[in-house]
Amino acid sequence: MKSARSTMSRSRAQTIFYTAAALISLLGLAEATYLTVVYLSGETAVCGGSADCFQVLGSGYAKIGPVPVSGLGALAYFGAFTFATFAGFGYPRARQFFTWTVIAMFCMTLWLLFVQAFRLHAFCRYCLFSAALVFLLTGLVVARPVAETQRN
Amino acid sequence: MRRYLPFIIVICVALLAVGGGAFLYRTKRAANPELKISKTETERSGEIVHVLGPADAAVTLEEFGDFQCPPCGKLSEPLNQLQKRYNLRVIYREFPLAIHAHAKEAAYAAEAAARQGRFWQMHDLLYREQAVWSKSSDARALFNAYAGMLQLDLDRFKKDMDSGEVQRQVELDQQRGASIGVKNTPTIFINNEAVPGPESNPEQLPGLVEAALKKAKPSS
Repeated sequence: MKSARSTMSRSRAQTIFYTAAALISLLGLAEATYLTVVYLSGETAVCGGSADCFQVLGSGYAKIGPVPVSGLGALAYFGAFTFATFAGFGYPRARQFFTWTVIAMFCMTLWLLFVQAFRLHAFCRYCLFSAALVFLLTGLVVARPVAETQRN
Repeated sequence: MRRYLPFIIVICVALLAVGGGAFLYRTKRAANPELKISKTETERSGEIVHVLGPADAAVTLEEFGDFQCPPCGKLSEPLNQLQKRYNLRVIYREFPLAIHAHAKEAAYAAEAAARQGRFWQMHDLLYREQAVWSKSSDARALFNAYAGMLQLDLDRFKKDMDSGEVQRQVELDQQRGASIGVKNTPTIFINNEAVPGPESNPEQLPGLVEAALKKAKPSS
């Protein structure tokens, strides 16, 4: 009886956890899609009264070959959303994929923050928002095993 | 049904992202059609054109700028360096945007300085000091101070700033920009070909100028 209740509460906690992760990924997907469209339509991205976005998003670091980094970001967020959704529905391998996707995004975010701080000396608000979302996702991934271990 | 639910959710989100992105892209493309200065586009009579560099330069770079636009400010010095390095012909056109409170007045200041042969000096000074006068409640006083720094005849400068001629010059530049589809600043043309917005930055412009130079002189 106790074990059944524990399994139920664990399953509920997991659903909440992966729903939160999917929602955060959705926000990131929306932002990255917007930035990709801005890039493809040839618009100059300006944040408020600052030229920092122009400097960052127009720099050579903002694309890998012909592909804008925001486009890769959109793919990564979509991947994170997909794996979080499947994990929420109980697919065990999706959890691993979700973890690895978030780790890859976290590493990429660290690199992009480094580039903004030390190479371009400019911070783009869109990129900072995206970094905050990735940190949230990473926080969830780090917190998850603790929560699961405590329950076990 | 529950088995298929995650697939349905993921497919819906994918369709929404792709569809939304495509819709946004089409809206933006419609609002910003491809720019190109036609070869028949000529300067209008009575129009003063601010040119730096030789008339027979292989590459002409034409910029539609707004003195209060931060990206234009970031481009100002790199463009000066490009002009010197490649001996370009640089043309500057006024395109003050309505969203910038002091942009039009700054354009008038540059045009008034041009009446005393100091357009480019005022151009550089306005961009260098952009952060200061942009936030000032009395930008006009600062423009007068800049005129003093450039050793302009201050009375004439003040009179020119308010003159219909100077204001008409700014309007002519804006009309020219509007007629070829300019909507944002900085909008840059290299040999009459528009440079896409994201590429109008100090890192990518040298490559574009070099490509234009190679195209203009294929044998060298």
